[in-house]
Amino acid sequence: MTMAHTLIEKIIGNKVGHEVKPGDIVTADVDWCMIDDIMVPFAVQKFEEMGFTKVWDPDKVVLIYDHFLPATQTDDSRHFREGDAFAEKYGLKNVHRTDGICHQLMTEAGYVKPGDIAFGTDSHTVTYGCVGAFSTGIGYTEMAGILGTGQLWMKVPESIKVVVDGVLPSNVTSKDVILRIIGDLTASGATYQSLEFSGSTIDAMSVASRMTMSNMAVEAGAKCGVFAPDEKTCEYCNIPYDDSMKALRADEDAVYSRVLHYNAEELVPVMACPSLVDNIKPVSEVAGTKVDQVFLGSCTNGRLEDLQTAAAILKGKHIAPYLKMIVTPASRKIYREALADGTLEILSDAGAIITTPGCGLCCGRGGGILSDNEVVVATNNRNFLGRMGTSKVKIYLASPATAAATAIAGVITEA
Amino acid sequence: MSQSFTAKIWVLGDDIDTDIILPTEYLALKTVEDMKPYAFSPLRPELAGLIQPGDMIVAGKNFGCGSSREQAPEVVKALGISCVVAKSYARIFFRNAINNGLLLIENADLYDAVTEGDSATVTPGQKIEYNGKEYEIASLPENLLEILNAGGLVKAMRKRNGLEV
Repeated sequence: MTMAHTLIEKIIGNKVGHEVKPGDIVTADVDWCMIDDIMVPFAVQKFEEMGFTKVWDPDKVVLIYDHFLPATQTDDSRHFREGDAFAEKYGLKNVHRTDGICHQLMTEAGYVKPGDIAFGTDSHTVTYGCVGAFSTGIGYTEMAGILGTGQLWMKVPESIKVVVDGVLPSNVTSKDVILRIIGDLTASGATYQSLEFSGSTIDAMSVASRMTMSNMAVEAGAKCGVFAPDEKTCEYCNIPYDDSMKALRADEDAVYSRVLHYNAEELVPVMACPSLVDNIKPVSEVAGTKVDQVFLGSCTNGRLEDLQTAAAILKGKHIAPYLKMIVTPASRKIYREALADGTLEILSDAGAIITTPGCGLCCGRGGGILSDNEVVVATNNRNFLGRMGTSKVKIYLASPATAAATAIAGVITEA
Repeated sequence: MSQSFTAKIWVLGDDIDTDIILPTEYLALKTVEDMKPYAFSPLRPELAGLIQPGDMIVAGKNFGCGSSREQAPEVVKALGISCVVAKSYARIFFRNAINNGLLLIENADLYDAVTEGDSATVTPGQKIEYNGKEYEIASLPENLLEILNAGGLVKAMRKRNGLEV
C-alpha cells in the first residue's frame, strides 16, 4: 500500500527510487549544479583541497557570471579568470559569461526540467521550483563535494500548502502574493520546509509570475517553493506534457504541516518595508514617502512581463525629476525581446537608465549604490540592512507595477 | 566533542542575516582573514575588533538567514567564536557551519536570559550552564555528527579519496 505524498516527496522519491516521508535522510544523484561568479574561486579551492582529480559529469555543471558583471572592483575579474581556467581544466562546456542572471538562465537556457534535482551556490536557487524541480542553495564546500561525487544528502522536508484561488485585482501581481505570504509566515516560518503552491490563481499565472514566487520562498526560510508542472510549464521547458508530467503533483490526501488559503480578490498591493522581508504593509499605508531611486530588475522581477507591466504604466509619462530609475533585464534574451517589442524604448523615453543584464543593484555590487537616508523602491527579493549601499539606506520591496507608479510620482504610490 | 569550555557572551538579535554577518562587498576578498574586520559591520561595526578567540555568540531566532555565502560561517569561525547558541538557524547557514566545523547549538531559552559580557560554560552535546542554571542541548543527527567528527566536509572527502586516514 502506498502512502499519499506531497509534491516534494514525489520529486525526491522518484529520484531516489523509493517512497520517502518527511524527516527521511536520503542521498540523491544530482541532475544539475550551478556555480555563480562570486563562489567560483572558493568552490574550486575546496574541490582541489578535497583531492578530486575529475568532475563527476562536466555536462551537468553550469558556471554563470552575473553578480560581478560588468566588474566594479579591481579584483572582480579574477573570478572570471579562475572560472574559465577551471572549465578548461575539467572540460566544462556550460559557461555563461555575459548572458544574464544564473536563476533566470538555469530554466531559460534549457537546463532544469520538471522533476529534476538541482543545487546552486546561491540561496535563490529555489527559483527552479517554478517548473516543478527540487532546487535549493548550498555552500561552496558542499558544491565541491557534488563536483567530485555527483551526490548530496538531504532531509526530506515537511510541506506547507499555500492555496490561492480567484482572480487577482488588476494592480496586484504574483510579487504582492508572495510578499503577503512571507508576511504571514514570517522570515523563519517555513524554515526547513517546502512551500507548495496551488489554486486557480496559480493555475492562471504565467511561468514567469510563478518564478517570482518560488524565487522568494527562501525569504520565509523555506528549503524550496514548488509548483506542479502544467501545460504552460512544459511549453516553457520545451518538453511534452505527458503522463509522467501529469503524475508530478501532490496526492489529494497528502499530509501538510500547515495550510494557508487566500482569496485573490481580497489581496492588495503590498511592500516589504525596511529592513526585513517580512515587514509587509499595504502600499496605501506607506504611500507618500519620498523616493530617491527605483530599481526594476533581478531574478525576482526582471522578466519581460515585468518590464512590460512597468512600460504600460510609464508610456507617454516621465519619471519624477529628482528620481533615478534603473532597469536591469534578467537575461540577454529578455533584453533583446524587450528591445524588439519597444518596451525598452518606452522605459528609456520615460527617463529610465537601462543597464546590462545581471544581478545589478540587487546584491549591492552594481550601478545605483545609495547613501545614508536615501529611499529606494526595488523589485528584488531582499531589503536587508546595507544590501544596496550604507546601512542607513531604506529599501522597500515591491511589484513592478508599484515601482513604475512610484517612479512617476516620486513618492510611494499604488498602481 | 564533550570537552567543556567557558566563554564570554556577545548578544545579537533575531533574524541576523548573512548580509549582516558579512556584506556582499567583502565576499570577493581573497582570504577569510581579510574579511574578518568587516564581520557584522552593518549592525555593529566595532564588534569584529572586540571579539576575542574563544568568545561565544548568543542570538534569537533564524540566525544566518539570507544568502548561501559560506564566507559567513567561515568568518565567524575565523574570529575565533567557539560556538553560536541561537533559538533557531536558517538551513543553508546551518549546513555550511557544520561543514566548516563551527559548533552551532539550538536552545530556545538562553537568549532571553543572558546579558552581554557575562560568561557561560558549554559542554557540547550535553548542556550550557549560565548564572547558576542549566540549559539542555539536543544532539545532532548521526550523518551530521559524522561530518563534524571528521573535522568538516573537506576532511571527510579527503578521507574518501584516500588522502587522509
